[in-house]
Amino acid sequence: MALAEPAAPSTAGPPQDHFVSIRDVDLVYGRGETGMQALGGASIEVQKGGFAAVVGPSGCGKSSLMKLVTGLLPPTKGTISVAGKIVDGPVNVAGMAFQNPTLLPWRSTLQNIMLPLEVVEPHRRKLRRNRKDYEAQAHDLLAAVGLTGFADRAPWQLSGGMQQRASLCRALIHQPELLMLDEPFGALDAFTREELWSVLQKLWMERRFTVILVTHDLREAVYLADTIHVMSARPGRIVASRKVPLAYPRTLEDTFKPEFVDIVHELRHHISRERQAVS
Amino acid sequence: MTDTVSSPAAAPKRRFQINDNWAPWMVGIGALVIWELACRIFAIKPFVLPAPTAIAASLWKWHEVIAVHAAQTLYTTLLGFLLAVVGGLALGVAVGYSRFLYKALYPILIGFNSVPKVAIVPILVIWFGIGTIPAVITAFLLSFFPIVVNVAAGLATVEPEMEDVLRSLGASRRDIFFKVGLPRSMPYFFASLKIAITLALVGSVISETIASNSGIGYLMLNASARFDVPLVFAGLFVVAVLGVLIYAVFAMFETRFTGWATRAQAIRFEGGG
Repeated sequence: MALAEPAAPSTAGPPQDHFVSIRDVDLVYGRGETGMQALGGASIEVQKGGFAAVVGPSGCGKSSLMKLVTGLLPPTKGTISVAGKIVDGPVNVAGMAFQNPTLLPWRSTLQNIMLPLEVVEPHRRKLRRNRKDYEAQAHDLLAAVGLTGFADRAPWQLSGGMQQRASLCRALIHQPELLMLDEPFGALDAFTREELWSVLQKLWMERRFTVILVTHDLREAVYLADTIHVMSARPGRIVASRKVPLAYPRTLEDTFKPEFVDIVHELRHHISRERQAVS
Repeated sequence: MTDTVSSPAAAPKRRFQINDNWAPWMVGIGALVIWELACRIFAIKPFVLPAPTAIAASLWKWHEVIAVHAAQTLYTTLLGFLLAVVGGLALGVAVGYSRFLYKALYPILIGFNSVPKVAIVPILVIWFGIGTIPAVITAFLLSFFPIVVNVAAGLATVEPEMEDVLRSLGASRRDIFFKVGLPRSMPYFFASLKIAITLALVGSVISETIASNSGIGYLMLNASARFDVPLVFAGLFVVAVLGVLIYAVFAMFETRFTGWATRAQAIRFEGGG
């Protein structure tokens, strides 16, 4: 049984070694009376190499969190730091993937995956000279997500699940230390989604980047994350944080085990309470 | 053979198969035949409605003159259109790129576009005299608006997620423009060319009809003044042919350069995953 020895989350390192730290952050869109408060006093800490999931009722400002951590939006109050530095502009250590795979239709799958390299330093300067090496890396990633042989296909030739795999590759090509995922599997059918859980888990276990996953799917959160943060309704703050003491790698079999189901129930309970608070 | 199995109701009748590529030709020729017959049966006077054969005869009789005037029309159309492409692309990019310029220029552009361009021709004549220049400018004025609007629309519809992905990597607005915005607006641009080129032709002919001494528009006006109605119709026919031809050329460019935008609707590759 996975729980025979309470497996510590395999993220080693001293507990104060937070790779991402969100401290008491407020975020208000607009100004004055018309301002809409998306976040109110949200705090999350994620260790280096950790896998955090953020769940919550819809419209609780989960996606705002993504923009804050990647430096696309400044917080109204509070501080955010990534890799020991206060975030005050776009952090280029992050890769992002969304529910919409947003592949560019005029580029082949390989060219789509290489896109971040054309933008992010220091790869940008080296790309021309080391194109062969970078292409090899891209092919490795494609192989890791099960897309071997699809490099030269146009995105429209790929199914939804394959496009999402390619989108994951694009998020990882510049070897980011932080992967931000905003409901990446939300638009996929249940079987494809479960398949991609294991693809993502495998990539994460091999490469050990830090992940923040925003999701609606509680089973997905429990399957993948070592820590799950439950957000309140707007203005969002963290109402509960739950470690998931299941050993990695987790399998689909694990999702039917009582300890797995218990955690899902517990999370569901938190969220339904938050939803009632609104209505 | 198989029809008896698949659809017993239709089986007894054996219809001959028509390739539907021929349908427009058959409709066109059918209409001409009916027109010809109607003219003959009801003895319609040629200065009211000339029969297609009379138009064809006129076309043949005047073909040298018509060729000269058609060349003039084509010249002013293409020149006006070329200016519209350059100006429209530049303005479209500016409006799509800068929020300020969008706010500042868009209402003015719309206001300008709702002015009937025929009304501007007399002013152009005062400024530039009659002939080529007003025709070129009218063609330009009519055709540049759809190019501006389409290019701006293409730039404005970049997915916000795509922008987030690139901005979080430290991409400048310029990077995003060249990597995403501009390629994305190309299908809109090429689609607008098809509309713009036909509008340019309309502009040229309008201007020639009002103030010119050459071009198909002038030829038609002149012919109608002499009650040479078959020649008026011959001019109309030439304009129609020109319009279809230039449309076809730009439709071809569109599929050639931005095929990816239409192929996306083709059947997707269904693979595992």
